[in-house]
Amino acid sequence: MASELNLSRDHLEAPFSRRVEELSGENPYACYQCGKCSAGCPFADHMDALPNQVLRLVQLGDEAALRLSAPWVCASCLACAVRCPKGVDIAKTMEALRLLSLRRGITPAPVVPDRPYPQIALVGAYRKLTP
Amino acid sequence: MKKLAYFPGCAMKDQARPDEAGTLHALAALGYEVAEIPRWNCCGTVHSLAKDDLMRHVGPVRNLIRVQGMGEKRVLTLCAMCYGTLKRSAQFVREEERLARINAFLDTEEDFRGGIEVVHLLTLLRDEVGYEKLASRVKRTLNGLKVATYYGCVLLRPREFAVDDPDRPEVMERVVEALGGAPVPFPERMECCGAYLTVGRSDIVTDRVGRILRSARGSGADLVVTTCPLCQFNLAERRPPVAPTLPVLYLGQVLGWAFGADEPANLFPLGGAR
Ligand code: SF4
Ligand code: SF4
Ligand code: SF4
Ligand code: SF4
Repeated sequence: MASELNLSRDHLEAPFSRRVEELSGENPYACYQCGKCSAGCPFADHMDALPNQVLRLVQLGDEAALRLSAPWVCASCLACAVRCPKGVDIAKTMEALRLLSLRRGITPAPVVPDRPYPQIALVGAYRKLTP
Repeated sequence: MKKLAYFPGCAMKDQARPDEAGTLHALAALGYEVAEIPRWNCCGTVHSLAKDDLMRHVGPVRNLIRVQGMGEKRVLTLCAMCYGTLKRSAQFVREEERLARINAFLDTEEDFRGGIEVVHLLTLLRDEVGYEKLASRVKRTLNGLKVATYYGCVLLRPREFAVDDPDRPEVMERVVEALGGAPVPFPERMECCGAYLTVGRSDIVTDRVGRILRSARGSGADLVVTTCPLCQFNLAERRPPVAPTLPVLYLGQVLGWAFGADEPANLFPLGGAR
């Protein structure tokens, strides 16, 4: 008996993946896990999960992605975005994860200025903490 | 004299004053009558990367409305971050529906009609002044000084707002050359310094700054220049103890000096240029 093979993202994706896609405008399933983003990320050494691993969690609908420090270590430098062979802008996925965390009350470590800073540093830092 | 609307942003009135002083001196010598836009407000520094970012465009668009109010068609920025936010918002409101929503929100202001071009100092020097004219007006040559050109991230990314080829930029190098310097395009010139992470994660920024300075020194630089006040702060204030002691200046300081600004004290205030 011939059976039909249905290749679709429908049975894979969780509401969490959909929400991240909606907020970021980036399709997480476009990523084929080549790791180029992580290889070129100047901040990868300091992350608890590499950028491609963060994206993998989003593909799997795993909300553990919201409890990682990686999105908060990401400086939105867009190095990954210009290099991804699949045109995935992970910087946007990272931003969506930061916003979702803040909106769900999962807050990162507090940012407390330990010395005088120029406005440009303070405005930048606190805008990233604004849901 | 050619009139040019100018959005300084907060950094130019604070720690980046020497950048503004030098740049304005050079622009006057190049025939520009620079007019600061009235009642400008902070641009917000970092643009949002999310889809629901309407609110983040309000600040930059209000500044664009001020430019419109002056009867000008374009606005100059010196700060790399200001360039990023204003440029992005100018693009954002090109869509009719978004423009209408922003205008409805900003109901105490005149309606924004769009069509304001945002230019960065670097693109102005390249596309309008031209390297040849720039070179011909130099009063004090850099005399072969080896200048590392640090772009950082915002000037080059995202691709659609880059001031130059985001993979192989050369505008800063050509400007340094026009001033008589020897540009040093070092490996880390396009890699981010960590930007605003400096407030909560100085450890990360210190690590990045160490790499950037070692890369510049390793390529033989005597000096690093940047156009981003946040880069300048990080490269000067977040050095690891063993990092090379390279001075880090704003491009505008070097520009002003080359154009013979007669008050170098304004360009290089004590402690301001480490
Ligand atoms: S570079 Fe693109 S395709 Fe490769 S792992 Fe990163 S996001 Fe996925
Ligand atoms: S945007 Fe974030 S994830 Fe991408 S390279 Fe920069 S720091 Fe890394
Ligand atoms: S980036 Fe800055 S310097 Fe530029 S206006 Fe905005 S907050 Fe201020
Ligand atoms: S502060 Fe760092 S953020 Fe300015 S452009 Fe610079 S590299 Fe990017």
